[in-house]
Amino acid sequence: MTKKVEEKIALNAIKNDTKSHITLNQSICAGCKERMCVIVCPGHLYSLNEETGEMVVEYAGCLECGTCLIACTHGSVTWDYPSGEYGVQYRFG
Amino acid sequence: MDKIDAIVVGGGLAGLSAAYRLADAGKQVILLERGDAPGSKNVTGGRIYVDPIRSYLPDIIGSAPFERHVVREMITVLDESSAVAFEYGNEKWKHEPFMSYTVLRAKFDAWFADQVAAKGAFIISKKKVDDLLWEDGRVAGIRSGNEEIGAHVVIAADGALSFLAQKAGLRQPHKAENLAVAIKEIYQLDEGTIEQRFGLGSEEGAAGLYMGSVTGGLFGGGFLYTNRDTLSLGLVVGIGSLVCSDGGFDAPGLMEGFVNRPEVQRWVRGGELREYSAHVISEAGIGTVPKLCTGGMLVAGDAAGFALNLGLTVRGMEFAIASGVMAAETAVEALDGNDVSENFLSRYEKKLRESFVLPDMETFRNSREVLDRQRFFTVYPRFMCELFDELFTIGDKPKESLYRTAKRVAKKYVLNMETLKDLLAARKL
Repeated sequence: MTKKVEEKIALNAIKNDTKSHITLNQSICAGCKERMCVIVCPGHLYSLNEETGEMVVEYAGCLECGTCLIACTHGSVTWDYPSGEYGVQYRFG
Repeated sequence: MDKIDAIVVGGGLAGLSAAYRLADAGKQVILLERGDAPGSKNVTGGRIYVDPIRSYLPDIIGSAPFERHVVREMITVLDESSAVAFEYGNEKWKHEPFMSYTVLRAKFDAWFADQVAAKGAFIISKKKVDDLLWEDGRVAGIRSGNEEIGAHVVIAADGALSFLAQKAGLRQPHKAENLAVAIKEIYQLDEGTIEQRFGLGSEEGAAGLYMGSVTGGLFGGGFLYTNRDTLSLGLVVGIGSLVCSDGGFDAPGLMEGFVNRPEVQRWVRGGELREYSAHVISEAGIGTVPKLCTGGMLVAGDAAGFALNLGLTVRGMEFAIASGVMAAETAVEALDGNDVSENFLSRYEKKLRESFVLPDMETFRNSREVLDRQRFFTVYPRFMCELFDELFTIGDKPKESLYRTAKRVAKKYVLNMETLKDLLAARKL
């Protein structure tokens, strides 16, 4: 059987920074119906926290493609590359 | 501010090519790469066509650690539960000079970086460029964290997202309809198994394309490349198509469905998954190529939107290498003439026009518009699959003549105005 996305990401070499390179504007997210971030992210890193009603992004598994930034037409996603030394390090590419 | 001759931002193929050529011309050049080493942030589908670029970097292309030279093309058209497959092979592809090779970027780019360093360029890894420095309305260097480095010329080769091109005011923020997302998995298999399974000789490789229901009818398709002892398997989907779809698809789910198709499993079964990567690809052709230079700065490779998807062939790396070399040649001339104005640097665009880069992008200006017609991913794959299903099926009723069968299935799918419109559109390909 195929692996779950989080198991696939766990195979990658990733060094995580303590601070996220992705931030969301929760007031914009609150008014968003489409939640394109959830659909487009190859890492399945976006989800809605049912308790708080806030969108959550698990930046630690980020593959650094930038698709969420492009797909969020509401402009909620602030996205920069992780600073040098951090993030995914592809061994095959 | 003290200035060095040139800074290259990004250790991909455009950046490495530019730094190689600059160093070769005796210029001081620093290449800044945000990953652990050049290649560590880079992803390709998997194949490079070498004929267009041989003359630009003969020493590199002639000895690069590519994976396998491609001797066979495999095209698979799928509906939900069946598939029609074609193969094209040519004996001439088995003899040098080889036309195309499969490639893994972490290995290739790291090797290329060693060659660049040997030419005398300084490669500084783990260094993310945050901003540009300006002087008299011209780009005059970069800022990385608290550190500022001045340069007479900056070559932005910072990939498809290119924040630098945006910061320099050369392009607008990206739009979803102009980009696709590619998801890729690497499966390890031993060399012998790959050669036996695909029917390949030593060093020979195969390339596979998958179209139809693997993208859920959205713009895009799947790919498969044989490397030395791994397989590159991936799916490309238009971000705009995903955004507009209401089919309940998500990108990783489409990838999982693709990998699980028997038409894919037959190749990868038993392989060990080693890496899961993703990258965006410019899909809009020449229409979204940004302004290519401003005073003190040139843009090359993916950062300049140089990528071309013609359905059967997908190209980017050749454009990266050629544009990187031409950006460097322009920079060398500018440095020699002590003129890095926008006016002088615009020679870069002239060089690109006289090469294959901009003419190819221009010739296929409309390819995205044509390929983006939804019926290519839904109706035609279904038509092909159903036609073969009917032709091959022997049931308990007397069998209809082959011509009648074909006509009936064609009537159901393709003998209509929409097909005619698609055919008319295809003239622009």
